[in-house]
Parts: sequence; structure tokens; C-alpha cells
Amino acid sequence: MKNRRGFKYTLGLLFFISLIVNSFTVSARGVYQTNQDFLTETFNDVVPKSKVVWLKGEVASTITEILGHKYAGLRIRYWRNDQRSVWILEEIGKEQPITFGIVIAEEKIETIKVLAFRESRGGEIRHPAFTQQFKQARLDNMQLDRQIDGVSGATLSVRAMTDVAKLALYLDKFTG
Amino acid sequence: MTLLKKTLVAVSVMAAVSSAQAATPTNEEMWALLQQVQQQLTDVQQQNQQLHVENKNLKTQVEETQQTALEANETVEALAEATEEAVKVASGSANETSIGGYGELHYNNLEDEDGNDTKTVDFHRFVLFFAHEFNDRLRLFSELELEHSIASKSDAGEIELEQAYIEYDINDQHQVKGGVFLTPVGIINETHEPNTFYGTERNAVEKNIIPSTWWSAGAMFSGEIAQGFSYDLAVTSGLNTSLDDSYAVRKGRQKVSKAEAEDLAYTGRLKWTGIPGIELAATVQYQEDITQSLDSSAGSATLFETHAVIQRGDFGLRALYATWDLDGSGPASIGADEQTGWYVEPSYRINDYFGIFTRYSEWDNQAGNSTDTEYEQIDLGVNWWPHRDVVVKLDYQNQDQPAGGESDGFNVGLGYQF
Repeated sequence: MKNRRGFKYTLGLLFFISLIVNSFTVSARGVYQTNQDFLTETFNDVVPKSKVVWLKGEVASTITEILGHKYAGLRIRYWRNDQRSVWILEEIGKEQPITFGIVIAEEKIETIKVLAFRESRGGEIRHPAFTQQFKQARLDNMQLDRQIDGVSGATLSVRAMTDVAKLALYLDKFTG
Repeated sequence: MTLLKKTLVAVSVMAAVSSAQAATPTNEEMWALLQQVQQQLTDVQQQNQQLHVENKNLKTQVEETQQTALEANETVEALAEATEEAVKVASGSANETSIGGYGELHYNNLEDEDGNDTKTVDFHRFVLFFAHEFNDRLRLFSELELEHSIASKSDAGEIELEQAYIEYDINDQHQVKGGVFLTPVGIINETHEPNTFYGTERNAVEKNIIPSTWWSAGAMFSGEIAQGFSYDLAVTSGLNTSLDDSYAVRKGRQKVSKAEAEDLAYTGRLKWTGIPGIELAATVQYQEDITQSLDSSAGSATLFETHAVIQRGDFGLRALYATWDLDGSGPASIGADEQTGWYVEPSYRINDYFGIFTRYSEWDNQAGNSTDTEYEQIDLGVNWWPHRDVVVKLDYQNQDQPAGGESDGFNVGLGYQF
């Protein structure tokens, strides 16, 4: 009797799951926008030639201070026209690198987006409800000039986004 | 060049005319003069040709230098890219296997109403995580924990495998995992790294009622069904408590150690994190038989838990309510048919380094009886984060125990995660 009841519950559960799995298309893990599409969208099809910042000396040490560790790479590529600079940066949340696209204008964040998310949890940081907190944020003594409210259970992803926001603002100023 | 030639001829003719004016030259002199001019013209032509050759050589050399520079640039670019890849691999950012962990050292100094002291120092938890990505959609996560420093027959310590599961992405928004995993319930059951919560010890309500830390074996579907709205559905091994343990749910944790699997548990959780800084969640769990059919006077049990976590700016608030309903005359006879608790914990983050909190808790594992079996506790304390992954904690606790008992004291903790 008990086993039959358990079987019934399991069947009900699987049925409910299959309904959910087949009904929604909200993406949580994967590539949301390619780097090239992000650049094309930002620069209205006129993407300037990329430049690079070599990570040495003062830049390298400041980046280490911002991230709490060295940036994985020798240089960082960026794109700049008269109004804006664009940065595509990677930072690990818990285990896997998250790719962020950041647009800086007049030393303030115009846009920050998750371009690719590879972690198994914490994907909520890509939602506009979260990312809009960064709009118009500036760098003040190597900190953002505002408090960023986190997402419960996504502490490390939130930290990664906050860190790359600071990094992009610093690099924009350094190369500007 | 033509201009140069013309100039030379003009100069020569002018010189000749000038000489002629001075004294009319003879034919021989004129002939000699013309030959001289002819010779000069030939020399200029030779020099011109030489310059032309030199110019051509220089142009070729410039082109070759440009090509060399281009090739050098490409080599530097390729070298930089290759080195970057190597750096990423060396730094672990591109590795498929990753490790992490956390740990906490506790000092407790408590005194009861009879003046009995409890002073202990304990490396409560030393935890290592190992994760591995088999491919983009399939991964392993594991957590190995040493509790209380030494694990042996004569010591209090244990080595526990709290998590070891394989997770598979069904698609971009839904996952399934199988193995040993933490039950999706409460606030600290799944996220309990010491730098993420206030108080040296984990709160007593989640410890005694939920009961955290709680893990079991089975399968679980998880995913996101709308923006900020997620679900978990699990079928797992169940609890196994008994009359000897007063049917306390905490005593029923089998920890997947040759666990009785006669009766299963079914868990569902809905969680909303649609606004930054806010989490609202509710969990329901049904246990087929909380004694694994070993006690005919007990039977099924249902857990209901709900909580809110709010962190807006510097202010934080955690509030949680959990209650068990146990069927059967056995649990009812000692009041264990109802096991209930709740707490509320406001906090304030002074700056990046310091935060203060207070917590009020009530819990009762025999709430179904008419006698006083309820605990109440007030905590207040401070967390100091010298680094965001390292925390030092100091807190005072005052506990009212059943039948008028009381204890109070302070706790000091040191914790980290990486």
C-alpha cells in the first residue's frame, strides 16, 4: 500500500515537472549575446578598432586590488569612440567565468550586461531588475558610489558583477 | 632632372658668353668648352642614375621592414594569446576541476543558572568542496566535512559527505541532479559559509526544527519558471526518528549512511528573488513514515517552512517559521506531533568591515503537549570582516529553557571561505 502511494507521488511529481519544463523559455545558463552583437548594438554598427591595455605595473596592481586577485590574462581589449568605451570582461562567480559587457560614458556606467553565464546557480544577476542598480554608478575611491543590493543565494555572482563594474570604470579612466 | 640639365647648360652658355664678351674665343677654345660642358652633363646623368638605384633600394628596404614589423606584430599577438591561455589554465580559471571550502573555529563560554560553566573551544567545521565539469551540461559537486577536528570512536568528531551529486542541465532553465544533496529548505541549510551569516553558532530554530544541516540521497529537479521565480522538486531518502529520541526530527537525520530507505520524502520549494535584496520562499515536505515503518504508533509527517531574507542597503532582516506535523499516537503521546519554531533577526551593516545583529528565537520539539517544553533565546553580537571571505564573530546569548531553566554566555568565532 505504502509503495503504491510512493509510486503515485513520484508519478505526480514527474508529471508536474514535465509541465514546467515544457512550458517556459526563461534562460538561466548559456550565452545571451555574443561579444560581437553587443559591440554592434552599442556602437550602432560602427564598431571602432579595438585597443588593448597591457596588464603591467600600476594597472596590474590596481586591478588586483579591485578584484582581490590577478586578472586572468596579459591584456584587456576595449573599444572606444568619442562618447563611450566598451569593455568585455570575465570574472569567476563560484566556479566558472561569467562574461560581462560594460559600456562607460562620462566615467559612469551606461550599461552592464551578462553576455554569458556558465555557473549552475546565481543566474538571477542577469535580470534588468538587478543590473539597473548599476546605471550611472561612478567610481569613488575604488568603490562604487552606491550600495548594490544582492540576490539571496547568488552572493558570489553579485560580487563578480560588482567587481567588474569597478574594473571597467577604473580602466576607462586609465585609458581615457 | 631636366630642370637641372637646363640650368647647367644655361650656366655654361652664360659663362661662355661672358668670356666671349671679355675676349672672343677661338674655335678650338669653343670646342674645348663644349666638350667640358658635355662631360659635366654625362657626370650629372650618372649621378642621377645612381640616386635612382639608391632610391629604389631604399624603397625595397622600407617595404621589407614594414613586412618584418607586421610579422613581428602577428608573432607578439599569437604569443600573447598563447600565454594568456596558459595563464588562465595555471590560475585555474579555465580548469574543469575546482576546489573550495570553508571552516569555523568556535569558543563557547556559557553558564547555567546553577553556576555550571561550559567553556569549550572547537574547530567545529573544516569543509572542502570539489567540483568538476564533465562537459557544459554535466557536472559533479561534492562537499566533504570534518566536524570537531578529530573523527574517531572516542572523539566527538565525524567525517561527513554532505554533498556528492551529479547535475545535468535539461535545457537552459531546468536542471536535474542525482546523488547526495542538501534539502531545499530554510535559509542556512544550503548557504552556511560562516562569513554569510551572523552569530557564531547557526541559529537554533533551523538546527532543531528544520533540522539543518540536512542532506539526503535522491533526485531533484530545479529551475526558473519566470524572472526571479524558481522551484525545486525532490524525491529523497526520509528521516528515521524514534520514541527513544522523543521523535525529534533532528535525531532522525540518517546522513545517507546505510540509511533505511523503506519510506521516502517528497519536497517542493518555491522561491522568489524578483527584487534585488529580497528573497521569499516556502517549502513543503511530506515524509511517508518518519520512523521508516519501524514504529507502528508513528507514521507520516509534513513539514511546512517559510522565510524572508531582506537586505536593502545597510539594513538586513531574516525571519523564518517552520513547523512539523507528525501523524500517529506515538508522537502525540509525548507532544512531538507538533514541532515548531520561528525567529526574527534584524541586522545593520555599519561599513564593509563591521555589522551588528540581534535575534529572537522560539522553538519547541514537543509543542503538542500541555507542559512547558519551549526554548526561547536572544542573541546579539557583531561580525568583523577583515576580508570579505574571512570573519571574526562575537556574540552574547541568553536562553530560557523549559521549566524555568536559564543559561547565558558569549561565543567567539573565526571563519573563512575560499
